[in-house]
Amino acid sequence: MQTFQEILSQKSISDKFVEIINDRFDAGKAGISPDMIRALKSRLSLEAVERPVVMIGMGTCGLANGAQAVYDKFEEELKSRGIDAELTRVGCVGYCAEEVIVDVKVPGFPRISYKRVTPENVGTIIERTINSKEPVIQKALGKYPDADPALWSEIPLIHDIPFFKSQKKIVLENCGVIDPESIDQYLARGGYSALSNVLRNKTPYDVIKDTIASGLRGRGGGGFPTGKKWEFAYKAQGDQKYLICNADEGDPGAFMDRAVLEGDPHRVVEGMIIAAYAIGASVGYIYCRAEYPLAISRLEKTIADATAYGLLGKNILKSGFNFTLKIKKGAGAFVCGEETALIHSIEGKRGMPRPRPPFPAVSGLFGKPTIINNVETLANVPVIFNKGVEQYAAIGTGSSKGTKIFALSGKVVNTGLVEVPMGTTIRQIIFDIGGGVPDGRHFKAVQIGGPSGGALPEQFLDTEIDYENLKKAGAMMGSGGMVVMDEKTCMVDLAKYFMQFITSESCGKCIPCREGTKRLLEILERITKSYREEETEVDSLMRFQGMLYLERLASVIKDTSLCGLGQTAANPVISTLRYFRDEYEAHLYERTCPSRACRQMLTYTIIPEKCTGCTLCAMRCPVEAISGNRKEAHFINQDICTHCGQCELNCRFDAILAE
Amino acid sequence: MSSESVYKKYPKNEASNLIALLQDIQEVHGYLPEDDIIRVAKHAGVPTSRVFGVATFYNQFRLTPLGKHVIRVCRGTACHVKGSLDILQTLEAELGIKAGETTRDLQFTIETVACIGACSIAPVIVIDGKYYGGLTSKSVYKLINEYMKKD
Amino acid sequence: MNIKINNNAYWANPGETILQVTQREGIKIPTLCYMSDLTPTGACRICVVEIETGQLVPACAFPVYNGMEVQTNSKKVRRSRKSIIELLIANHPQDCLVCVRNGNCDLQDLAAEYGVRSYRYVGEKRSGKLDLASPAVERDPEKCILCGRCVRMCHEVQNVGAIDFVNRGFYSQVSPAMDRSLNTTACVYCGQCVVACPVGALREKSYLKVAWEAINDPEIHVIAQVAPAVRVAIGEEFGLPPGTITIGKIPAALRRIGVNEIFDTNFAADLTIMEEANELIERIQSGGKLPLFTSCSPGWIKYVEHFYPELLEYVSTCKSPQGMQGAMIKSYYAKKTGLDPKKIFVLSIMPCTAKKFEAGRPELSVSHTDPDVDVVLSTREFARMLKIAGIDFNRMPEEGFDDPLGESTGAGVIFGASGGVLEAALRTAHYMITGKDMDQIDFTSVRGLQGVKESSIKIGNATLKVAAVSGLHNIDRFLEEVRNGNSEYHFIEVMACPGGCINGGGQPLPSSPEKIKKRMEAIYEIDRSLPKRCSHYNDSVKALYDNFLGKPGSKKSHELLHTHYMKRESI
Repeated sequence: MQTFQEILSQKSISDKFVEIINDRFDAGKAGISPDMIRALKSRLSLEAVERPVVMIGMGTCGLANGAQAVYDKFEEELKSRGIDAELTRVGCVGYCAEEVIVDVKVPGFPRISYKRVTPENVGTIIERTINSKEPVIQKALGKYPDADPALWSEIPLIHDIPFFKSQKKIVLENCGVIDPESIDQYLARGGYSALSNVLRNKTPYDVIKDTIASGLRGRGGGGFPTGKKWEFAYKAQGDQKYLICNADEGDPGAFMDRAVLEGDPHRVVEGMIIAAYAIGASVGYIYCRAEYPLAISRLEKTIADATAYGLLGKNILKSGFNFTLKIKKGAGAFVCGEETALIHSIEGKRGMPRPRPPFPAVSGLFGKPTIINNVETLANVPVIFNKGVEQYAAIGTGSSKGTKIFALSGKVVNTGLVEVPMGTTIRQIIFDIGGGVPDGRHFKAVQIGGPSGGALPEQFLDTEIDYENLKKAGAMMGSGGMVVMDEKTCMVDLAKYFMQFITSESCGKCIPCREGTKRLLEILERITKSYREEETEVDSLMRFQGMLYLERLASVIKDTSLCGLGQTAANPVISTLRYFRDEYEAHLYERTCPSRACRQMLTYTIIPEKCTGCTLCAMRCPVEAISGNRKEAHFINQDICTHCGQCELNCRFDAILAE
Repeated sequence: MSSESVYKKYPKNEASNLIALLQDIQEVHGYLPEDDIIRVAKHAGVPTSRVFGVATFYNQFRLTPLGKHVIRVCRGTACHVKGSLDILQTLEAELGIKAGETTRDLQFTIETVACIGACSIAPVIVIDGKYYGGLTSKSVYKLINEYMKKD
Repeated sequence: MNIKINNNAYWANPGETILQVTQREGIKIPTLCYMSDLTPTGACRICVVEIETGQLVPACAFPVYNGMEVQTNSKKVRRSRKSIIELLIANHPQDCLVCVRNGNCDLQDLAAEYGVRSYRYVGEKRSGKLDLASPAVERDPEKCILCGRCVRMCHEVQNVGAIDFVNRGFYSQVSPAMDRSLNTTACVYCGQCVVACPVGALREKSYLKVAWEAINDPEIHVIAQVAPAVRVAIGEEFGLPPGTITIGKIPAALRRIGVNEIFDTNFAADLTIMEEANELIERIQSGGKLPLFTSCSPGWIKYVEHFYPELLEYVSTCKSPQGMQGAMIKSYYAKKTGLDPKKIFVLSIMPCTAKKFEAGRPELSVSHTDPDVDVVLSTREFARMLKIAGIDFNRMPEEGFDDPLGESTGAGVIFGASGGVLEAALRTAHYMITGKDMDQIDFTSVRGLQGVKESSIKIGNATLKVAAVSGLHNIDRFLEEVRNGNSEYHFIEVMACPGGCINGGGQPLPSSPEKIKKRMEAIYEIDRSLPKRCSHYNDSVKALYDNFLGKPGSKKSHELLHTHYMKRESI
């Protein structure tokens, strides 16, 4: 198949792109017929195909679930059966729980999505769908509305299944649908038309005004109005300005940026070009985690393709605007999500924040005015200029416009990536879209906003999500991680887990964060320890004393820390204390963990009646605390036991009692 | 790629390339040898202490050689609530090393990662770039023993 | 701009920080990581103040705005500061009684001021190994509070970068690359990190014990020499106001602790001028390497050896005054008195830590076996010595230095301040070239605390372009010019420490810009008060040439008063 570029190679590319993008191709002028172009467009957007196309979700989660093996199997089977079909990779459609997801489009039939595909299913899918033109019902997730609705009527439309029904995909519209490495597919689905519109019809200040009017706010955490931020940089004096895309998604439990970068990288690049045009930046950086190798390699291809098409580089679309884009790989530091730390990292320094003001918009990268926007924020920008400001602003609540992507994970049936309009309730996300808590357990809390956010209990389930409401409730939008917890999750342990994360990610610059979070962690460690591990009276004194100081210390860390990471570092403690104080008290006074998650507080014993003497527990015990003869009941030496729980996890006869 | 080609790739005295230089050097050797830390400093035109400061700041950089198999255990929140600590402890017990360490025979290194971003298949580990999700203590025990048998 | 601090109205200038205003208005806000003249890092948070929004902001870094309302003493502020101090203490060895900074420590002072009465937080402490390997500066990472002042001093002011932050978070440390010892790095031993350190994490290597042993040994003839900058600073150790001149008390005190003879490094400074002025004239006349860089600052010398070894030929071959004095004592004076040089112990009292390293350079030994200077004590160590000996320094009578190596002129004493060597050399060079003194002896354009002072002077038909540079980051521009072959200078004085020896790494602590200024004023006051103000009028120096060396630049001078340098690796 020819690409747009090949078709247009005899003519000036940029001119023709503008025309193609805006559907005003004038026949006769270019020596190629508009029908050819239109046919290519609908072919590329996969609405009309002349031979079968198989699309395999190969984002990180797809790959983690074995998508590569499925891909290989398809390749092999199609070849051996001599079927003329096209095999492509697409990004993540967001329904991680059902990966590997494979879509098949047969000419004249709707595009159909299959879930949980394994190499064993490949033969059947080819046989039934491609050859016999019928769906494999038990594997079907849904079909797309791109053909006669009467066809395959037993298959629901994909947008009607519960996971997708309450979602509103505007940022993720292409994710999992198109081949992220194909600029032509992105173009065919309307890509870069926002850019073309902006460059032809709007001054930079128009773009800023429109963005302010759209109500778009930063999706990286703070929720600062994006247009306002641009305005600062627009007004700042400087011979050189920079735009940085923050793709250093570091919140444990968040992966929306990765999914967007892997699934629709051109959208981010398009957003960046528009933002750069608005603020007057000629150089941009994408600061991406090195842990996202797939995202990085796709971005490299994206930049190369966009440059070849005249969408990056000098004189973009003949507008006179220049913009080049570089990728900087982050080297693993959560604190680099903080703007000034990120700037230091790009400058080749330790990623330590500095006091603000001066804000980066005035003095940022290499001392020049710099705007840093998060991936999701930038991915929203083309939407505003495609849909129009009013239509965009109509989505969401009074103060928070548009949609928000959440990474739904933890103790929830449908894990995955969820895009909902602002104002959707937490309950809708977790129960309607997410399918609730699995294994018949009960919802206890949901951690929203990563370590800097907070854990909200049941009474907040009907909270309508927007920046203000979440803050009021004691969480924050953060980057949009949503980790669901059931009654087996101990909230003290959760706070301890987050403090471990924070202490290991604290940059060490300011005293309250460096020293204070360590002391907070130690206090939590003392609370969750067993009796027997206290060596002196001082230890037990410190348990109670520490508890008394917990809140004071948390508030000092919050009030005095240098950067956003430090100022929110104590949030896990503050929020769990606020809603789950009873769990702290149980640990402290009754010395028990109600959720039985704090192993250190449990005593492991073997029930002799149940023990068969299989010796497995003794073999797995890392400290050789278990003894006993084969085929006789075993015994745990409590002086040696480290409460790791390996025996319980490995026992096949439920013979280990932990209480 | 060799060290030489890394140094050729980046212009001299450009301190902003420091992290990229170190990443590429680590790509070559699997870790950052002392001699290269000194050379990177000279190449980027900054004091060696600064290079060392950067190398010890970021999680990615290692100052000792890695094992043949690198096991990265995700410690993200979703993985944590689904028991990634058990997974880590099982690996540590089986290999007799702690996270961040390498076995004496240089076969295995265990690292923890803040979040791999594959929360949907939590708890997840990555061995030599290959993802293993939805693990339990038992399945990871089996998995690691398969790797140990292979060698 | 109008702002309110603690409900009182003040006037502030745009761009000022809260701290700049409060310092001007005499409102005290504690600081730890703050360093005047450098961009604030806002790291320690001890200077937080509350603004009208209820937020706490760092006074050192936060700019004022019109209508701002600041509370420096609210409940929230007090509680936060106290907590920060408690957190620091929780990670501190708490061995104040045996610490070198006992009684002179910012953390100790803060704990006292904020009434910390218990160890509120208890837990893991950072561990780190002592670094005692260098001859001049020692590190104790466990005492470090990570304020970063030493790091900024080493990188931004001294441009050496021997130490930096390593690791992250709670396990952060300040350390040389690869956790090495300082002596394997490019550390120039200027000791500015010691001056910057608010606690006892950095300190000079102490040689008190060696000094006492020599003094107590009846077989050993102990001869002290005292550098010019010591006499305007040591008073601070005994509660005298900064800049108090204690020129006569020092020899008196030294005699009372049993030092046999007390000479003045200023004598050797005059001698240095004779040699250096001669070297400058020779280079100008014979088309030698120019500019000529001075060589009296040992930190500077080590800096060139590490970072610009190809330019070593531009550096004067003259030994430093300390080195010349040592050489003269162990050759000329020993010969003159018949003392066995091996029984002479030269005790140097210096404002400097790098002098400890210099004294150990093997090329600075006339005997080629034993050092010319046996031990170097900093001003601080000397003060400690006097306290141990029970000397009531402030009541010491005014006594003089011993002859013949105790006589000095005003030109010798101004070696203690940046610009002084240059000025002294010009006074004598002028005389050497034209046969008469300058009309105006005071060459004020190279005086003051600025890092770079440039001037030009007409001597005879020639106009010399000169500069005085202090603080090593200021020197790179000049060295780059030389490297590129476009330097227009003839003579450049370099002092490693900002402001010169008065602000040396061995001077009394804590230091402050005001104190340095007072010390500098005192130096020039001594110069003004002396009857002879040019080195060529020093009778003892003249006698030394007449009886022993011949003339400046003679073969004997070269043998005893000049030295050479070597390339050193930099890590």
